[in-house]
Amino acid sequence: MLRYTLKRFVSSVVVLLAIITITFLLMHAIPGGPFSSEKKISPAIMKNIEQHYHLNDPLWQQYIDYLANLSRFDLGPSFKYEGRRVNDMIRESFPVSLELGMVSISLAILIGIPAGALAALRQNKWQDYIIMLLSTIGVSVPSFVLATLLIYVFALKLSLLPAAMWGDVEFVILPALALASHPTAFIARLTRSSMLEVLAQDYIKTARGKGLSQIVILYRHALSNALIPVVTYIGPMAAGILTGSFIIETIFAIPGLGRHFVTSIYNRDYTVILGVTVFYSLLIISLNLVVDLIYPQLDPRIKLTSKEGG
Amino acid sequence: MVNRQLFEPLLASDQAAVQTRPITTYGQDAWRRLKEHKLAMVGFYTVVVIMLIAVIGPWISHASYSDQNLMLANQAPSGEHWFGTDNLGRDLFIRVLYGARISLSIGIVASLINLTLGVIYGGIAGLLGGRVDRIMMGIVDVLYGIPMLLYVILLMVVLQPGLTNIFIALGIAYWLGMARIVRGQILSLKEQEYVLAARTLGASNWQILYRHLIPNSMGPIIITMTLAIPEAIFTEAFLSFIGLGVAAPMASWGVLSSEGVTSLRSYPFQLFFPAMAISITMLAFIFLGDGLRDALDPRTRR
Repeated sequence: MLRYTLKRFVSSVVVLLAIITITFLLMHAIPGGPFSSEKKISPAIMKNIEQHYHLNDPLWQQYIDYLANLSRFDLGPSFKYEGRRVNDMIRESFPVSLELGMVSISLAILIGIPAGALAALRQNKWQDYIIMLLSTIGVSVPSFVLATLLIYVFALKLSLLPAAMWGDVEFVILPALALASHPTAFIARLTRSSMLEVLAQDYIKTARGKGLSQIVILYRHALSNALIPVVTYIGPMAAGILTGSFIIETIFAIPGLGRHFVTSIYNRDYTVILGVTVFYSLLIISLNLVVDLIYPQLDPRIKLTSKEGG
Repeated sequence: MVNRQLFEPLLASDQAAVQTRPITTYGQDAWRRLKEHKLAMVGFYTVVVIMLIAVIGPWISHASYSDQNLMLANQAPSGEHWFGTDNLGRDLFIRVLYGARISLSIGIVASLINLTLGVIYGGIAGLLGGRVDRIMMGIVDVLYGIPMLLYVILLMVVLQPGLTNIFIALGIAYWLGMARIVRGQILSLKEQEYVLAARTLGASNWQILYRHLIPNSMGPIIITMTLAIPEAIFTEAFLSFIGLGVAAPMASWGVLSSEGVTSLRSYPFQLFFPAMAISITMLAFIFLGDGLRDALDPRTRR
């Protein structure tokens, strides 16, 4: 177990380093450099700017500097907003994204799991068909379409909820619904199929044979085993919520990190793009690491060995 | 009555006595079972219709996707303009027809690149096995943990938006799943007797891979591809939304929808039609993919 943990940790660090290197090189592969798209600047000023941002240092020097700064969790200055640092942007706007993301993930879990379990218990009955229909729609409708539909119906036509901006609870509802639609549908499908598989197992029959009540069978025996595959989905779900928030935050004008990221793409603000990518990758990789380490605790059938060939 | 005649041997030429039934190939068998799957067939025919529209639709339309007429801007759907017009007076029906061509080619080309990379990588890892396999699959496992969409975005920022670059970015980002599936298939197939037979006959690794192993892994490969196409269309829509899609005046469904989003308050139909197009295509491919999974998966083969 300890060996596995160590190995997973080391490989995560290696991945992160690889990611940083790739993103760094990609950013420097952009033709013309970060300031070339702007208005005509005199060569002297250009030189000064490059001096200021250390852009005329040799590439390896810039890379070492970048790594050194990263190790202090310093992501550098924004190229577009004078005096703003990427760190400050993340510190200000990430909590907003985090709140929205947490609400969406909770929604997805709280709706998706019961819906999937119900569909499995009522397989091929109307409840199953309705849940499957809704979840298929949830998987196939792009989130920005759903978001605009929600705004159109609940904000513009019914005037029940605010159409944009950020504030109290009522501001969270529509964006969280739009963001949660895809993972909810996916969790429902996942829970349903793994629940069906579990319900066909012998130990469920044994439990029935023993005369256990339906509720005990469901919670103690079926659901706890059926949910194991759902745990593996946590990593991809977080990644999906994260990238989904780029669009949702832009549509709802929510001042979160996702919208900042999209704006920085429009502005070609390279340090922000680079910084946010690295930050998000770090987040997802750490989350995956945690999930991988918790996973075997949930299912004693999974044994961790450091020499797992596949 | 039992008599001697009943026990007489048949003549070799007596055809009526030879009971045969037509040999069903894997493909025929799969097609038969796909046909039993109602939703999958709905998906299949929808996909066929969408593809036909994408190929011949723009030929038979009377105007071009880029024809502007500002006098006709933002018109509601009518007999003249079935889906209405956009803010530059371009016919939205024709733009959606052209969008089908662009969105579908993005889906198909990107998943073909995935297919090629995944099959080569997974094939080599599965066939060689041992240490090579461990290292190659270790790399895939590691890459799997990375939020790929971020890197597609990064790549598009570096490469500049455009159709070819979308092909490249999507193609090289999403082959990991295919590699895993192909490798798993090959790992189990290569222990089969016919591979041993081929090897005894002196077939090289490469011949075994592409004459025996890959054709026999076709089922899961087709399923993965069917589900990769809508995924790529989806991702392209996402990229268009953040301004990294195909360049104007070309328009994929993603570009059309994101244009529609901006004018939602006044002209909701401008979002409705391209969004419907994306959703119907997604649904069709998902139905087809689910049906194919049932039809092609050897484990459920009856």
